[in-house]
This record gives sequence, structure tokens and C-alpha cells, in this order.
Amino acid sequence: MTQRLFMKGNEALAMAAIEAGCRYYFGYPITPQSDIPEYMSRELPKLGGEFIQAESEIASINMLLGASATGVRAMTSSSSPGISLKQEGISYMAGAELPGVIVNICRSGPGLGGIDASQADYFQAVKGGGHGGYHIIVLAPSSVQEMYDLTMLAFDLSDIYRIPAMVFGDSVIGQMKESFVPNPRPRRELSPKDWVVRGKGSGAQRVVKSLYLGDGELEAHNWKLHGRYGVLKEKETRWEEFLLDDAELVVAAFGSAARIAKSAVMEARGKGLRVGLLRPITLFPFPEKAFRAVTERCKKVLTVELNAGQMVEDVRLSVARDADVLFYGRPPGAGSLPTPEELLVQIEKNY
Amino acid sequence: MRHDVFIAGFGGQGVLLAGNLLGYAAVTEGKNVSFFPAYGVEKRGGAAMCTVVIADDEVGSPVVGNPTVALLLNQASYDKFVCRVKPGGTCIVNTSLVDTAGQVRDDIEFIPVPMNDIAVQLGDPRMVNMIAIGAYAAKTGAIRLASLEEALRLTLPERNHKYIPANVKALEAGAQTCQ
Amino acid sequence: MHQVFKKPVSLKDIQTHFCPGCHHGTFHRLVAEAMDEFGVQERTIGVASVGCSVFLYGYFDIDVVEAPHGRAPAVATGVKRARPDSFVFTYQGDGDLAAIGTSEIIHAANRGEDITVIFVNNTTYGMTGGQMAPTTLVGQRTSTSPYGRNRSKDGAPIRMAELLAQLEGVAFSARVAVNNPKNLMDAKRQIKKAFRYQVEGKGFSFIEALSSCPTNWGMDPLSANERVGSEMCSYFPLGVFKNDSGL
Repeated sequence: MTQRLFMKGNEALAMAAIEAGCRYYFGYPITPQSDIPEYMSRELPKLGGEFIQAESEIASINMLLGASATGVRAMTSSSSPGISLKQEGISYMAGAELPGVIVNICRSGPGLGGIDASQADYFQAVKGGGHGGYHIIVLAPSSVQEMYDLTMLAFDLSDIYRIPAMVFGDSVIGQMKESFVPNPRPRRELSPKDWVVRGKGSGAQRVVKSLYLGDGELEAHNWKLHGRYGVLKEKETRWEEFLLDDAELVVAAFGSAARIAKSAVMEARGKGLRVGLLRPITLFPFPEKAFRAVTERCKKVLTVELNAGQMVEDVRLSVARDADVLFYGRPPGAGSLPTPEELLVQIEKNY
Repeated sequence: MRHDVFIAGFGGQGVLLAGNLLGYAAVTEGKNVSFFPAYGVEKRGGAAMCTVVIADDEVGSPVVGNPTVALLLNQASYDKFVCRVKPGGTCIVNTSLVDTAGQVRDDIEFIPVPMNDIAVQLGDPRMVNMIAIGAYAAKTGAIRLASLEEALRLTLPERNHKYIPANVKALEAGAQTCQ
Repeated sequence: MHQVFKKPVSLKDIQTHFCPGCHHGTFHRLVAEAMDEFGVQERTIGVASVGCSVFLYGYFDIDVVEAPHGRAPAVATGVKRARPDSFVFTYQGDGDLAAIGTSEIIHAANRGEDITVIFVNNTTYGMTGGQMAPTTLVGQRTSTSPYGRNRSKDGAPIRMAELLAQLEGVAFSARVAVNNPKNLMDAKRQIKKAFRYQVEGKGFSFIEALSSCPTNWGMDPLSANERVGSEMCSYFPLGVFKNDSGL
């Protein structure tokens, strides 16, 4: 067994990116994710990679776009206000079918908001974020181990499907330290990137672009992208089920909220309440089928989020028609992070 | 087994270092552990706090509303957090700096440890955090002193290893208060 | 028979969409000639911008990445860092580079990225229909400055070649025009120099190319060409503003 480490989530994520073969990082400082650029600025030069502290998040995402267009694995990271700035570039990457990993260590908003743990960028992450009607892959780690493992997965999925992938965390997951195993990069069949620009050599010209002006071209391009989202839904949806078999109430939560909720679920079990947890790991593709399946039997879902209610909408769209979907959440900010005790009260109230 | 502990004091008392050390020590014992630094508004104004959860299996929530054990190192932390300790829990208080007169909770165990006084006797007032952790280890059995010592070796840079014996002495002195 | 004139290899044999009298086509040709001369076509990655220059890949027979509006220097930075052996240039208009993309151009230049930037200044937003650009001359009427650019409200036009020349990271900066044979020959020389800087790994090179835009200026090609030599050249003087290695 590889030796276990004890590190911050943000550091584990950066370490995983390097293990996944990422040698190019472009970013701009913002709390609470600056551990990531700090780690990359220290480690990448040793590996012959490139670290650029760009002039803005806009420049960072476009550097990622450029590097990715040449076929290398590259990453940028930021927190909510910075992710808003990156949306333009993310839309272009989605349109140009460019892979690339974007990390959002989500903080509270709107506007400058605050630096506290938040899941208020859920809509922005899973519904496209920028203009043009696209999706990106969104993975939501709920432990330092998952910050590590899901970051490697993000690079693989992004390359396989040629869709940008986001690792969506917050300051709880990013700033806390946990024991974890730095697993080696999983072996995976990856198609050669025959679409990249490297200088045409003696071959045909290659173009990476999102502009399609010919009659019917853009529609066809969009249908192709949406077809791929369908494949993602079929093959890459991931979630965790915890004590669902006999559950009378299913708690739905992701990321740090799911960690807090899980303790509340265990407490509830201790009190004899049949409560389970369904935790989406991929937020896009959303585990629609898992919600459908569990609500064929259990008719009550309590969605818990660190926001005023966002994922709850996707839960409602996914559950069986006669299931009740309840919500508990608080707009994120200093002092609003719920505790397991607080969630237990909600479970008991809604059970 | 699952142990959760909340540590709070002011910046400079080594609260975060103490939490970190507990974390590393738990890893050396093959346990799962989470260390969650300050949360909530309290992180401003020089206060420092963290929550550490040590478990044989799943850690669960790294955030704990009502900790089983609290190590409160100054008056402000005591005043603010003593009410949060879980009924039946334990509060290890730095009585060098904390006046517990007028405390109303009879549902938790108080362990008074004059941490600054002990530290000064040991010759280094910076050892308050080690004394606190030593007391915690002895009181709860959540972690072995030997693991804490090993964690010091793992976490301190080589050039600072000369300070390890003094830290170990402080851990032991803290432990003695709870034996 | 001795051939004295031919299409550069780096250009495709395709008619451009540019309006009659527009100088984009001429600059495309000069850039392609420089590419041919240095033999870099096969390892070139062009970065297209947003504006009339967006169809770069339609005319140049090279690999191309399309950048969001103004971001070409950042995209080019990513490309060049990831593939340092490639020859990387951006081709941007004045709205793209001197308005929405000022941050990206200044910082790519300041980092001294080993890329070449071709900046086509025609004092207007061509593709969107002739709106006021940061380079629009004072008094010039455009579709969004119907009373003429007002210096006190809109500011004065930006001289990018001079501005960038002040940055430590810039190795070469020149302004050229192709309104007459003499200027055209000089433009060709300066573009080649700019390319040489990158080919020899000597740093960031910048060409500001003054261009006509007869359609949006509401002029016939001849008078538009004359305006480049008169009004434009008097505010935007031709010349070399930085030549670090004295190439």
C-alpha cells in the first residue's frame, strides 16, 4: 500500500493533477484556493512544466485554452468571482471541444461575498455557466481523498469526451487536512489526440475553433455536443449510496454538505430513524436514475445544500412523480455552515 | 472508535499546530483523521480554532457543532465555546488564563490545567499547546504520546529537531495533569 | 520562362472575403511571405482573433486556434509555453487588441512571450459595421460616434506600437503601412524582422499595421488608401519604436 499522507484538500488536488500528467497551470490568486497555484508554482518547474500567474482569470482560462489546443494536459483553478470571469473561456473551450480541468473552490456570494464555504455556484457549474447552451463535466469531491482521486478522473473524462471538466469544492474540502492515499494514476485507454494543433508539418491543416457559420453547421455541431452529454449520462454518472435499502427518508447532498449530512444520518440511525444518504459525485451528469430508483420505494427526499436551494431542482426533476422533495439550506457566509446537530434536527422534523 | 476535539485560543498559542500534530499522530497510528481549521465569524480578530476528528473507520463530518472534548486556551474561547461542549463531554481549560468562576454547566467534566504556569516552569512559555495536547491524550486515550512524539519528528524540519525533547517534556507534563 | 511573382506557399489559393481596397489581404500576403522565407509554415500555430481577421484559417495553410475576443495573446501564451518549438503569431484588429484585449496584450508583451503579434489598425470595428474603435481618430465619424470622436468624452486614439515599446518585455515594435510601394517594401522588411526575433528566440515582437477600411469609412478604395497616408500616418507615425537586438 502506498503510504498515507495528511494534507490539505487543495494540496492533494494539486498533487493529483501532477500525477495525472498535468504540466501546465495558469491561474490568478484568490482565497480560498491559493494553495493550488502555490503548490503548482513550486512543483511544476522541477518537472519541466510551466506555471504562469496570469494577469487575470480571463487570461488564465485562455492560456489553458491555448495549451490544451496543443494536446497537453493543463489546469486552472479559482474561486467563485474568478470562475465568473473564466466563463467566457469555458464557453469557447466547450464550443471548440477542448479538454481542460477547471477547479472552483467555491466561496460565498453574490459579488465579492465572503470566503466561507459555499455551494452557491451549483447552477453556474452544471447548467453551462457561460453563453451558448453547453455543459461541462462537474465532479464534487467530499473528502481530501476524493479531491485527489476525482482530480485524476477529471483529466481522464475531459480527454475522453473532449469536454472541459470542473472539480467543484469549497473551503471545507479545500482547507481541511485529512489522511488519504495518493493513488497512482489509473490506467485508462485514451484515444490519440489527432485534432490538436502542433504545426501542420507535412499533413493537412488543423483548426481548433467554435465558429460555425455555414448553413446547418452550427446546429449539427450542437447536436454532436449534446449527443456526447447523453453518452456521459449513460456511462459516467457517479454517486454514493449510504443506508438507502430500508430508508424512509433520503437525504440528498453533495461535497462538504454531504459530509456533514452523513454524520447527521448516522446520528439519526442511532436514534432508530431509518434515514439514508444519496450523494451525487458527478453533478453533471446528474445521477437522475439513482434518484428515480430510490424514490420508487422511498417517497421522501430532504435535499441539503450550502445555498438557498439549487441542486434541489435537479432532484425534483429526477425523482419518481409521487415523491416529496424537501429542502434545507442556508445562504452561505460567515457563521452559516450547518453542523451535523443542526441537520439532525431537520431530519427529525421531516422524518 | 471516534474522537472529536475542538481546540481554541488566540493566535500565537499554537492552536493550529496542536491540531495538525494530533492529525499527523493519528495517521501514524493508521487511523483516519480530519483537521478542519477555523470556521465561522470567530476566525477574525486573532482567534484561532480547529476541529480534529480521529476515527478507526469513517471520520464523518469534519465540522462538529457540539464537540465531545474542547481544549479552551484563553478566556475569550472559554466564554464563547464552553456552552457548545456536548453534554457528558469534557472541557480541558487553561486555568492560567481562564477564570471559570461563575460557570454554570454541571453536565460536563472540567479539567483545569494551568498550562502557562506549567510551561513557564518547564522554561518555555510557548509550550502551552503541547501541554494541552498531552492532557488531551492522557484524558481521552484518543492518541498515544509516542505517536505525538513521532509526529513531531515527521512534521518539524530537520533543523528544528533539537526542540523535540522540550516538546516531548511538555507533552508529558500535560499528560501528568490527567493521570 | 522565369517566374517573378507567385502566391506564397503559406497562403491558400482562395479568394478572400475582404472588401475591395482593404489592406488585410496585403498584410496576409506579407505575413505569409515572411513565413515562407523563414520556412516556418509547418511548425506555425496561428492564433485568430475576433473581427475581420477571424477567418485566418481560411486563408493561411497553417494550424490555427481561434481565440475569444481580445484574448489571442493569452491563448498564444498557452500555445507557445506548451509547444516552445512552434512558431506562434496572433493576428488581431484594433477593437480586439486595443480595447477588449488590452490586459492580455500588455501582459503577454510584458512577460516577453516569444511570440509575434500582427496588429491591424484601421481606426474602426470593421466586422461589426464600423463602430468607434480605441484607434478612431478625433473627429472621425463612425456609427457610434455620429458627431465625430470627441476627445474630451472618448479620449484620444491609442498608439499601441509606442505604448508597448516602453515595456521591458518587448523586443521589437514597429508601425508599418502598405499604402504605397515604398511603405509596402518597408512593411515587408519590418514583418520579417519581427518574425526573425521569434525564429531566433529573441523575444516578443509587435507589428502595428495601418490599414484602410473603405467600406466603413464610406470611401472609395483610392481615397481610403490616401487617408492612410495622410490622416493616419500623421497621428500614427510609421517607424521602429523598439529594436532590442538591432536586427
